[in-house]
Amino acid sequence: MTDKQYIYAVARIRSKELLLLGKSDIDGLMNCKSEKECLRLLYDKGWGTTGNEDSEQILKAEREKTWDLMHEMVEDISVFHTFLYQNDFHNLKAAIKQVYMNSDRSDIFLANGTIDQDIILQAVREHDFSVLPDFMQACAEEAYRIQLETGDSQLSDIIIDKAALDTIYQKGKETENDLLSLYAELKVASADLNIAVRCIKTGKDRSFVERALARCDSLDFYKLTDAIMDGEEALYRYLETTEYADAALALKTSSSAFERWFDDLIMHRIQPQKYNPFTLSPLAAYILARENEIKTVRILLSGKRNNISDKAIRERLREMYV
Amino acid sequence: MDKFGIVLAAIGAILAALVPGIASAKAVSMGGVAGAGVITEDPSKFGKVLILQLLPGTQGIYGLLISFITLSQIGVLGGSSEISFVKGAMYLGACLPIIIVGYTSAIRQANASIASIHVVAKKPEQFGKAMIFPAMVETYAILALLISMLAINGITGINI
Repeated sequence: MTDKQYIYAVARIRSKELLLLGKSDIDGLMNCKSEKECLRLLYDKGWGTTGNEDSEQILKAEREKTWDLMHEMVEDISVFHTFLYQNDFHNLKAAIKQVYMNSDRSDIFLANGTIDQDIILQAVREHDFSVLPDFMQACAEEAYRIQLETGDSQLSDIIIDKAALDTIYQKGKETENDLLSLYAELKVASADLNIAVRCIKTGKDRSFVERALARCDSLDFYKLTDAIMDGEEALYRYLETTEYADAALALKTSSSAFERWFDDLIMHRIQPQKYNPFTLSPLAAYILARENEIKTVRILLSGKRNNISDKAIRERLREMYV
Repeated sequence: MDKFGIVLAAIGAILAALVPGIASAKAVSMGGVAGAGVITEDPSKFGKVLILQLLPGTQGIYGLLISFITLSQIGVLGGSSEISFVKGAMYLGACLPIIIVGYTSAIRQANASIASIHVVAKKPEQFGKAMIFPAMVETYAILALLISMLAINGITGINI
């Protein structure tokens, strides 16, 4: 009972939540005049490890700290794989591109996947996908064949992206954890809506749309496809009938506004986990909160680095968990 | 048949020590696990967390008390141990409140204690308020203790 309820881990997370950046911390960072000043403030708050890292290094260090903490507290880390499948599929795309271009770059791979990136690269190089997990084999074979035979990178990417969404959805629901299931649902829905807008703007045909969209409970696959075929206004009308009615305004503004809207929605939906004393959900919520925090700090640092106005930076900042 | 009277009463006494004791051990362990999580991050909260961890431990003590009284009354700890079947069954029945309520309340109180330990982890200055939540669960363990105690004492005076 104690193990399944993650009593120790949740208690530690409650203390860790005190260190998460809140609205006042973000305001403090916004008041900094330069990226360097922001970094100094972040070091003072315990970010980074050595105290002299650059922006990307400090963000990478923070992500590693989160996963190190989870490895320390949770015996079987596979419970969080729903968050990591995306990295695996990204690495598969990168490996196929690398083999196709006959290049040798390691900086295009993402760490923290469920499979070692070298195994994925080796599988693509040797054209032996049996070493990959079941959920990757078919899409890897198809994407590899299309990339090498036709050179159509877009189609190859769509096949992998669709498989990634299907895997996140299926595995997320299989966990029978409310929060992971919710994450999978929102992840697929947001990806579908992004695909919908892009397909409308580029005038894609029905077969392409059907191939690209992933299925989820909160969006009707057929109604969404019909709406995409009928154009932007039809899509907004369809959204009015779903739980994502508010997304229409964000979609009309820009894709970054929509991305922000969806990130804020996730933060809003995971808020109850701050008061949940048991189960995996508060831990999963903490991971999402940390990712949101890192994303927000990245936007802020990048804005300061490129002398973007405070107003423009604020428009992109996410709502915080605490 | 009358020989079974003492057996039934002894079963009641044993279960009164056993069941709430097991529940309290489990409950205190749950609180300890949560407490260890908080102490890992902030050792200065040890004192407050310890009190919250120990709250669900009282049911085990109540069970022990009822067990001791029952064993005394039925003569196992000294004196005459001749008890009728009906009287033995009544002693067993008298032990049931602390057996059942002791078990249930200890586990429920552990849940409340863990939630309060989380409050202390985030807002140590709210310790007083946080302690009240698990303490409220204690009420029902005390009520069960009272009724078991009164029943055992009452049964002793009945001649059947």
